[in-house]
Amino acid sequence: MNRENSGYTILYASIMVIIVALGLAFTHQALSGRQTANVNIDKMQQILRSLKMDVSAAEAQKRYDELVQNAYLINPDGKKVEGSEGTTPDDPAFSTDPDDETAAGLPVYEAVVEGSVKYIIPMQGTGLWGPIWGYLSVEADGSTIYGAEFGHQGETPGLGAEIVTPSFRGQFVGKELIKEGTFRSVAVVKSGQTAAGRDYVDGISGGTITSKGVDAMLLNSVGKYGNFLMNLNAAR
Amino acid sequence: MALSAKTKAALLGPLNKNNPVIVQVLGICSALAVTSKLEPALVMAVAVTLVTAFGNVIISLLRKTIPTRIRIIVQLVVVAALVTIVSEVLKAFAYDVNKQLSVFVGLIVTNCILMGRLEAFALGNGPWPSFLDGIGNGLGYGWILVTVGFFRELLGSGKLLGHQVIPQCMYDAGYENNGLMMLAPMALILVAVIIWVHRARNKDLQEETN
Repeated sequence: MNRENSGYTILYASIMVIIVALGLAFTHQALSGRQTANVNIDKMQQILRSLKMDVSAAEAQKRYDELVQNAYLINPDGKKVEGSEGTTPDDPAFSTDPDDETAAGLPVYEAVVEGSVKYIIPMQGTGLWGPIWGYLSVEADGSTIYGAEFGHQGETPGLGAEIVTPSFRGQFVGKELIKEGTFRSVAVVKSGQTAAGRDYVDGISGGTITSKGVDAMLLNSVGKYGNFLMNLNAAR
Repeated sequence: MALSAKTKAALLGPLNKNNPVIVQVLGICSALAVTSKLEPALVMAVAVTLVTAFGNVIISLLRKTIPTRIRIIVQLVVVAALVTIVSEVLKAFAYDVNKQLSVFVGLIVTNCILMGRLEAFALGNGPWPSFLDGIGNGLGYGWILVTVGFFRELLGSGKLLGHQVIPQCMYDAGYENNGLMMLAPMALILVAVIIWVHRARNKDLQEETN
């Protein structure tokens, strides 16, 4: 057998790639059920953290079912899309990507904590090195922030990655998204600076680009829910 | 089970005088990145050990059939396939650890230790010695990672595997966690300290100085 022959080399490479592809496809098929379940549990944990509850993966499903009473899609006018209700991972609210332009609407979760309703809004944006995301829980008045949760794919440890810490997230509690009847979001500013006419929190020193990313994410992602929040605010 | 001197050297050499990290200085990138806590360091050590061992066995079995012109590509495909399987298994059974390791599982593919062992050992030896060589090099890499991870988590956050081990009374008495330990440069300094201790005990590894 001549190992230097071009025909042999091409045949060898082709067969190897087919075998490897089959093997990997089989592995993925066999494990994808468990993987999806993990992703869903992780999402539930994030939603619960935005409600200021840090629970383990084992407890997440139970606490989520207890607290999250309803979930649905809303249209750009802030009205509920008919037939989109449901809180399980198979329902549209849970499975819709908020950045998907072709989706039927934007997902909102309704949780009841200690007798009062909180609205949870998913957020997506970009940091310095990659995507950042989060969940914001808002009181029934559509303006006061009850809690915030942030996640990131690969921000700098000790700098941008600090957005996930309770001390950064805690700053958002009690801030107002709506000022004088218009949606203004909450600004993330350099320590010591202020933002005129809007509520603000201190950014991460040394993590300027990530902080700006959080600022833009709040403005853009939560901004899409402007009409929904204004409707809630007006109903008060 | 009696091991011949050669197989014994293949298994035990990398733990000490042939260590991939502290003697050959390979695999430093991941040693810096995943050692801020002990748990990801342990998982990374196990993952690299498995991939090196089975990559070595597969390449060793195929060594008489691999066309020389594409042997590096064949090695890469084998390693990449094994790493993808490890990554899929972690996603299914250890999701949190997978999130912490993030890109570094994928980067096992580019770990020089792997390609080095495949090229230098598996292509010229049978499956059993290759398997032992892979296990040995994986463990040699692993014990450095775990040692560095141990000190960084202990001194950096006062915890081990996420459990608080430094008692509250120490903090009350003015002890503070060393934030520098959590940053990547400290891993390099700890690796250097291990190299220092290791060379001090093994005079034959010391380079001649003029």
